[in-house]
Amino acid sequence: MDLQRDGEKEALERMLDFVGVSSFEELFREIPEQIRLQGDLHLPGPLKEWELTARLGSMASRNLPSSKAAHFLGAGCYDHHVFSATKSLIRRGEFFTAYTPYQPELSQGTLQAMFEFQTYVCRLSGMEVANSSMYDGATALAEAVLMAQRLRPGRSRVVISGAVHPEYRAVVRSMTDPLGLELLEIEPDLSWQTHWEKLETSLTPNTSCLVVQNPNFFGTIEDQEGLRRAAEAVHKVEGLFILAVVETTALGLLKPPGELGADIFVGEGQPLGLPMSFGGPLLGLMATKEAFLRQMPGRLVGQSHDSTGKRGFVLTLSTREQHIRRERATSNICTNQALCALAVTIQLALLGSGGLREIALRSKEAARQAMDSLAQIPGLLIPQRRVYNEFVVQTPVEPGLLNRELLNKGIVGGLDLGRFNPAWKNNWLLCCTEKSSPENIQKLVAALGEVL
Amino acid sequence: MMGNHEPPGFFEAEGGLLFREPLIFELGGSKQKGDSLEKERISEESIGIPEEYLRQDLPIPQLTEQQVVRHYTRLSQWNFSVDTGFYPLGSCTMKYNPRVNEEAASLEGFASLHPYAPVEAVQGALALMYELEAMLAEITGMDRVTLQPAAGAHAELTGMLMVRAYHRELGKPRKKVLIPDSAHGTNPASCALCGFQVVQVPSDERGLLSPREISSRLDQDVAALMLTNPNTLGLFEEHILEISEMVHRAGGLVYCDGANLNALTGVARVGDMGVDLVHMNLHKTFSTPHGGGGPGAGPLGVKASLEPFLPVPRVAKKGDGFSLQEDFPKSIGRIKAFYGHFGVLVRAYAYLLSQGPGGLREATRKAVLNANYLRVALKDLYHLPYDRLCKHECVFSDRNQARFGVQALDIAKRLMDYGFHPPTIYFPLIVKGALMVEPTESETPETLGKFVEAMRSIAREAQEEPEKVRSAPHLTKVGRLDEVAAARRPVLAAPMAKAASPHGEPS
Repeated sequence: MDLQRDGEKEALERMLDFVGVSSFEELFREIPEQIRLQGDLHLPGPLKEWELTARLGSMASRNLPSSKAAHFLGAGCYDHHVFSATKSLIRRGEFFTAYTPYQPELSQGTLQAMFEFQTYVCRLSGMEVANSSMYDGATALAEAVLMAQRLRPGRSRVVISGAVHPEYRAVVRSMTDPLGLELLEIEPDLSWQTHWEKLETSLTPNTSCLVVQNPNFFGTIEDQEGLRRAAEAVHKVEGLFILAVVETTALGLLKPPGELGADIFVGEGQPLGLPMSFGGPLLGLMATKEAFLRQMPGRLVGQSHDSTGKRGFVLTLSTREQHIRRERATSNICTNQALCALAVTIQLALLGSGGLREIALRSKEAARQAMDSLAQIPGLLIPQRRVYNEFVVQTPVEPGLLNRELLNKGIVGGLDLGRFNPAWKNNWLLCCTEKSSPENIQKLVAALGEVL
Repeated sequence: MMGNHEPPGFFEAEGGLLFREPLIFELGGSKQKGDSLEKERISEESIGIPEEYLRQDLPIPQLTEQQVVRHYTRLSQWNFSVDTGFYPLGSCTMKYNPRVNEEAASLEGFASLHPYAPVEAVQGALALMYELEAMLAEITGMDRVTLQPAAGAHAELTGMLMVRAYHRELGKPRKKVLIPDSAHGTNPASCALCGFQVVQVPSDERGLLSPREISSRLDQDVAALMLTNPNTLGLFEEHILEISEMVHRAGGLVYCDGANLNALTGVARVGDMGVDLVHMNLHKTFSTPHGGGGPGAGPLGVKASLEPFLPVPRVAKKGDGFSLQEDFPKSIGRIKAFYGHFGVLVRAYAYLLSQGPGGLREATRKAVLNANYLRVALKDLYHLPYDRLCKHECVFSDRNQARFGVQALDIAKRLMDYGFHPPTIYFPLIVKGALMVEPTESETPETLGKFVEAMRSIAREAQEEPEKVRSAPHLTKVGRLDEVAAARRPVLAAPMAKAASPHGEPS
């Protein structure tokens, strides 16, 4: 809105006068003249609100959202339903126009919600303490590796299953580069499982931590015996077991990381109530054992009370954080993902245990149906046995070609795994959720039947 | 509880009806399962996962939609926000968050778009990113911008990784980063993550970086100077040209923390001041909401010499088409999954278009005028350690009130009773008892006037009734909370199976 308020100009002039300058230019007099801008920046605008919404609407219409296609992409960002109530509650200005709750007396809404969020993360993951969010699952994993380095100083090897999301592994590589660690990434086996034997033999007394994702990047529900033995093996060398869950709706069904020997859980919260939004903002989850609390990065909300004994919540243990500890902090994180955490808290409250289990079962069931139907198409091979809601299809042609054909038929196909690794060429990662209707699955099967 | 603590009626705050509300886990939800599953015969037995893989217990309460909506609506009412009132939190730029930006980000074509969708299906999103990069480059005077960093601190980390890669590429890795003593805590923390040793530079008696202090610390091992301009005292670094030239001559780079760009946008560009890298906090300068602590977005602008080291992927344009490119051998690699906080980028893009170049300059001018208005209106009662023109914020101290035993914290808490969010307190560290006030351009002269009256009234109270200030706040949902107890025996999650007491508070 740019309607000039009545008398605004006069008011501004009075203020300039009050401040003791004669013009706006004089407010900037200590900026050397040669670097003060003389004219306008070369920028478009200003647009009226109706012009703006038209322009953005037209840009948005050049994209193909999941709602306008039969959609089979997952791989770290998932097309689950977000409830209307979730969307409308996080649009309350009291939530989204507040800042970090540094003043607890004026921020009890955010603080209590964050305390609830931490509780939900603990209960989902089976861990003892959770922080109040990281940027995304990938940076949460990198922070977990850095945390393991602080807990096991002097060790220089990190062992990562090659069935961890390739972009997560890439972020770990960039963020730990200054430490000069030896990152051992163990290629998965031919049925898209973690290669447990190679993993175990890589663990040495010099290993700070072991990283596994479950369900893994390819959708495989990792072998429980393999997980158990890996946890035991890394604990034997006194390293830490980091377990990542990216498709976190799986936690509605599967045994939680806390019961699988995890020392640090990291996860992606997006499947639990955030739109895909072209990959961001997402929501990093992190939880650990109480014994490791002081080395955990990120903000923490704790319970307290006022002088009358009334319960209230505060940011706590901030001596771990950058604004107090500066270069000796556990992390540099300041702004986090509070509103995303709130959305997930609300969505989990709406779902309840039954609702979350239902989402998980429906997603899993839709994937099973798709797998069964696709396996009937000559030329397509599906080597996996135990998956959650994603699976790999071996294709006779490049998946990119298939995707282009499918796009013409209003179908967003799977992910070409060849983009990450030449050895994964001609493999195609597909995903289903509770929104994958039998009609859309049939549409995919029929289209592939025509193309192949 | 109110009585004589209630401030005069012409101020902002008044008592109101606030609801008690227990934790969501104390609402006593039922344990019913999704019965729609039964009809379709989807069950744990039929899904082909061995029993021992399944969890036995999922201790999450089952509530009705109305219970949930009421619960979080009540919680929201316990928050102070920009929508509720004046929020002069220094360094955070709590400006108004236009509603049309929210609508833009929630358009189906943006919100329901998958990051791995085929490139033909995401042309609108890539075009927006490409244009936003160019707009931010123009605003800061930089050659190239990456939109990937999730927040300011994440951009600092990204930038310092690039600084490290730059020196390594030249065959001369460097170890030290110079950081002024007035810097944000994220600056040294980000440098430490990149393996740099932090060398603190003292500010001079005028609150500025002096060329002398810099030059005495400059050597062949200094990788960069990391500064904030205007600095955290709200003062423009007057020697910036001389200083950046000195750093460059010694082979170092200049990183600018762009937290304070609301003082410069449309008036001057850090790229013209010798800065090699600068990040922008879209949630500060470009009006995207703070969200109760995030998500933000921290695009990073760099000069051409640093371009090869930018993180991947990068948006590229060929003809009329856009794509994402990953093949840059000198890149520091990937710093987060996918491409940054796209939903936040849409909001900032909408803001820039709605303002235009003139609107951006007007915003900066008003923000600076407002800060100076508060400075002049309060400096007779509140100690002003650096008394001259400020930019978008000014820093007072509690020195005058401390004589009566009233500290910055007390002043902050008492402001709540008047209906204002307090300023940032005890930062920057170089001002003892700091009160850092940033009004932004959004506020009207009337609101600023009320804030001045409140601050003056508190100064009077500090002298005449200090206990009233020391025991504040009196009108908030809870009184001062025991932070020491919270840290000593941390309770960070609700205990299992706790039933609500009749009053909604634990007994």
